[in-house]
Amino acid sequence: MSTGEARRTLIGLCWVSPWLAGFLAFLMLPIGLSVWYSLTDYPLLEPPLWVGADNYRRLLHDDVFWRTIVNTLVYAAFSIPLGTALALWIATLLNRRGRLAMLIRAAVYLPTLSPIVATAMIWLWMFNAEHGLINGLLGLVGIRGPNWLKEPTWAMGALVIMSLWSVGQAAIVYLAALRGVPSSLYEAAEMDGVGRAGRFVHVTLPTISPVILFNVIVAIIVCWQVFAVPYIMTQGGPGRSTYFYTMYLYDSAFVYGQMGYASALAWIQTLIILFLTALTFMVSRRHVWYRVS
Amino acid sequence: MSAQHSTVGARIAWVALIVIGVAYAAPLGWMVLTSAKSAEQTLAGSSVLPTPLADAPGQIARNYAAVWSDPVVDFPLYLRNSLWVTGLSMVGMMIACSITAYGFARVRWRGRDTLFGVVLVSMMIPFAVLMAPLYVVFRELGWIGTFLPLWAPAWLAFGGGFNIFLLRQFYRTIPAELDEAARLDGCSHWGIFRHVILPLSRPALGVVALFHFTAVWNDFLAPLIFLTHRDQFTLALGLHLYQSQAGNTPWNLLMAASTLVVAPVLVVFVLTQGMLQEGIATSGLKE
Repeated sequence: MSTGEARRTLIGLCWVSPWLAGFLAFLMLPIGLSVWYSLTDYPLLEPPLWVGADNYRRLLHDDVFWRTIVNTLVYAAFSIPLGTALALWIATLLNRRGRLAMLIRAAVYLPTLSPIVATAMIWLWMFNAEHGLINGLLGLVGIRGPNWLKEPTWAMGALVIMSLWSVGQAAIVYLAALRGVPSSLYEAAEMDGVGRAGRFVHVTLPTISPVILFNVIVAIIVCWQVFAVPYIMTQGGPGRSTYFYTMYLYDSAFVYGQMGYASALAWIQTLIILFLTALTFMVSRRHVWYRVS
Repeated sequence: MSAQHSTVGARIAWVALIVIGVAYAAPLGWMVLTSAKSAEQTLAGSSVLPTPLADAPGQIARNYAAVWSDPVVDFPLYLRNSLWVTGLSMVGMMIACSITAYGFARVRWRGRDTLFGVVLVSMMIPFAVLMAPLYVVFRELGWIGTFLPLWAPAWLAFGGGFNIFLLRQFYRTIPAELDEAARLDGCSHWGIFRHVILPLSRPALGVVALFHFTAVWNDFLAPLIFLTHRDQFTLALGLHLYQSQAGNTPWNLLMAASTLVVAPVLVVFVLTQGMLQEGIATSGLKE
């Protein structure tokens, strides 16, 4: 490396040093520590004690751990496909001009800005068995609504329904993607006699598929981070029916004070997210089309 | 035939859109309407609107006054805490990210693109994975039970991967000839940054400020972990405390408190709508 080049590198590093310092102190250091903690017994008030792979071995036989994985997977299996389909549908409907369309776009987007605690409060009230708006509306058509948050099967369903209220961000991204589909493609398809549904399946979906892939991956990461809503609304219950992975991690670390075990949970969480992201990429390879520019 | 078919289709689409709009607006609308009712009325459940409507203004005043001056949950204090933490965090994030993005966009150096890749990858790491070891780091620093964990890391662009990305993209749309001209006038990198890049990147900085404001204002998990005293609670924690305190908080008051927490975000967003659209449209995010 010449001196000029070394000097330039130094200048560059100086410019990015705010980020670099934060990256080392608050990202690399905690990651390094958590590798070490995950191999120790660390009750927070005493120094960590080396136990090797014990925490990981304990995980395998921990019913609560498996329960939270199943719960999180069930939640993801419903909320991601439903949310993606709904966001796409809303985006295609919103893909038109006019004041009313803009107003509805705002109505769909605003819920994503609501602080998560407030969102939880609003939906506690929405799902209230006797006085909530949802059971009130169901009552109008003669259905006796369930006691949503107090029954194991319905509680998870309630959280999935709630998650659909927050698809505004994805819908707006899809809308931008839809507007980027070249109209020449639609015209060509129309000349070939392809109908409305055919154009959506054979033109729209392939063209915006990279955007869909990106959103699905973001949604997978978000699912493994679900915490505040069940923490506030159901405390993981009834039973452990809405006990999510991140809640167990939080409880292990800050309620039971088992930093070692919590760190092992965090590493397994990272591996699960990486695995699911890689899986999504592999499955999608046949279905995602990247435009050659 | 085909034209008629499409008008019927268009009408169905409009009906579906309106139903969607109403459904998405309903929870927030119902929150506000509930906050205008008396406690008995919320449990009577016969009407969505407060009845009689003429009593609503007086009821609103009583409900919001009751929330604001609650003897246990000190909302005025929590509002000040939230403003303090959010403000400090925003300023730090904007300074750190705008400087860092300059290094990635305007200085040529070895390893730059590799390190930028690291920025992008680090965006994928969830906070939940870091929270246990971060707690230990902050404890060693003596920060637990202070506001520091909530704003100080932002001064080192912690959690700012997306902001750096956005600003770098924006800087790259600023013509390099402007840099050259400034350099001929004797400007250093710092001079170019201060006098050319920063003044031109106001829209993108506005977007960063807005995103970060909502993220910090809305955050629940980090304050829950790092704050220990009730006096330091942010509005988000205060709202949770209000709901979970002994006895049942009446729904009308809980919805009034929720409205108080949601309103600032919505107001800021509506006021900055135009700036946001300009910022996103010009940042090169949409190609």
